[in-house]
Amino acid sequence: MSDTWLMRNLRAVNGRAYPRIIGSKREPSWLFFDIVLPLLTVAAYAYIYKFNNAQEQFIGYVVLGGAMTAFWLNILWSMASQLYWEKEIGNLQLYLMAPISRMSILAGMAVGGLFFTTLRATSTLVIGIVVFSVAFTLSNPLMILVIFVVTMIALYGMGMMFASLYLLFGREAYHMSNLMMEPVYFASGFYFPVKYLGFWAAAGASAIPITLGLDALRQLFFAAGSGDAFLPVETEAAILCVLSVVFVFLAKYSLDYMERLGKTSGRLTLRWQ
Amino acid sequence: MAVKSDLRTFKNAAWLGWQMEANWTDPFLFATYSIVKPLAGTLILVFMYLVIIETSGSGMEMADSPYFTYMFIGNAFYMYAAEVLFGVTWVIHDDREHYMTLKQVYIAPINFYAYVLGRAAIKIAITTVGVLITLVFGVLALGVGIDLGSVDWPFFIISLIVGLACICILGLALGGISFLTAKHGEGINEGIAGVFYVLSGVVFPITALPTWAQSVSKVLPVTYWMEALRRGLSPDAMDQLKASYPYDVTGLGGFDNVFLMLVLVVSSVIFFVLSLGIFRYADLIARRKGKIDWTSAY
Repeated sequence: MSDTWLMRNLRAVNGRAYPRIIGSKREPSWLFFDIVLPLLTVAAYAYIYKFNNAQEQFIGYVVLGGAMTAFWLNILWSMASQLYWEKEIGNLQLYLMAPISRMSILAGMAVGGLFFTTLRATSTLVIGIVVFSVAFTLSNPLMILVIFVVTMIALYGMGMMFASLYLLFGREAYHMSNLMMEPVYFASGFYFPVKYLGFWAAAGASAIPITLGLDALRQLFFAAGSGDAFLPVETEAAILCVLSVVFVFLAKYSLDYMERLGKTSGRLTLRWQ
Repeated sequence: MAVKSDLRTFKNAAWLGWQMEANWTDPFLFATYSIVKPLAGTLILVFMYLVIIETSGSGMEMADSPYFTYMFIGNAFYMYAAEVLFGVTWVIHDDREHYMTLKQVYIAPINFYAYVLGRAAIKIAITTVGVLITLVFGVLALGVGIDLGSVDWPFFIISLIVGLACICILGLALGGISFLTAKHGEGINEGIAGVFYVLSGVVFPITALPTWAQSVSKVLPVTYWMEALRRGLSPDAMDQLKASYPYDVTGLGGFDNVFLMLVLVVSSVIFFVLSLGIFRYADLIARRKGKIDWTSAY
């Protein structure tokens, strides 16, 4: 691995992340649409718990889940469907011609996406805490950081893998993203502890990294969270590490496969199919 | 002549919308897609309510709760608000940035409103399937309290039609705003739909909100729409719900059905005028700033 190759790819990561970061700065309307307005859905779920006099920590779960939806939406709409979108607008061929690893492009998308998604999620969390007077505890901040980082690596690895697969789906990409919103909110327990789905359903949903990430964060952020836990935090951290490696590997494999298939079938530059 | 032309535009736009929604896959997969999405959205609420019951230790059955019926019906019909608002704004983004055909549609000798509403009509049709499946699932599998014999059909059907018209009108205003927002501005429909979700008594009565928010709720047409739909579809459960609380739990108990309908119609007319104004203003600004063929795909 030469220094030139490494630098070229780091520049590619930076180059792909740049328009996402700078783009969000140039069109600041997203601050309102992406931060303030989604809070309303979180508020609705919180009020369901409140109206029914549910235990206090459930409102906190909703706020945390609502914040984490930002990452899942970013995976679906700005990672998974992005290569398809790039093909549609004519950028994909330029990426493939460039003397860089395709993974750098996807990594750049992930870094850029993570920037404003983290901002959105943090805002949701902070505003939610203030509005609903949610009592978060920070008894183990290091573990919170570890869980967050491995969840994001696994999640964005999954997004990178989806990006290649979506290219094969063609126009189904949009529908796939749409289809994976509510079902994943449900299966991953964004608004209620996943353990209430039953062991096997929760185990199946754990293939989606955010399921275990959320479950672990709930245990770390809320004193009563361990009572609603699916698995112990340490076990979830270990599984998330494994998922991170698996998804990044699968992303590389599916990207190579997609490129090979696209070239042999002559569909890499074909739009609107 | 103009009406005939508008109807033709509406019909062709609806056909185009159907092709774009449905021709990407085989009918079985499309049907699965149409069923799974609404059911999953509903199951989130079902499990939230199950968790509430389980952790409260009350031993109550979900099907016995009039609140569960209240929440279930509200959530099922809210799909219209979410999907139609999304559909109308997405027409602008999709045509402008994906297919890049918005400028061609613009210069064609057609009524643009008829085109947008035609595209929205197919969303309504597809959402209707989702709403029906959700309601049938609710009644058969979860014991939601809808008795076909006691449904007030005229009131329910008129409420449904007036409310849908109102949602389309609101969608038109958001479509106008979409002219001026970047690709990520699609969050606007998520947000506006969120306003209705939290303030219109969709899944919980508006009396759970702070007093100032209840005042806002009472100027939103969707609040009256939801109440009217519930009273039409499940009058018994609504009566039970009212009887279970010592106060006016829905916040609209003092209004009779005629008054509800009147409010719904009047607010629709007001929103129609406002939406038309917003759409025209946004259209003017978009053309002045050259945003009709704008792309922002970063």
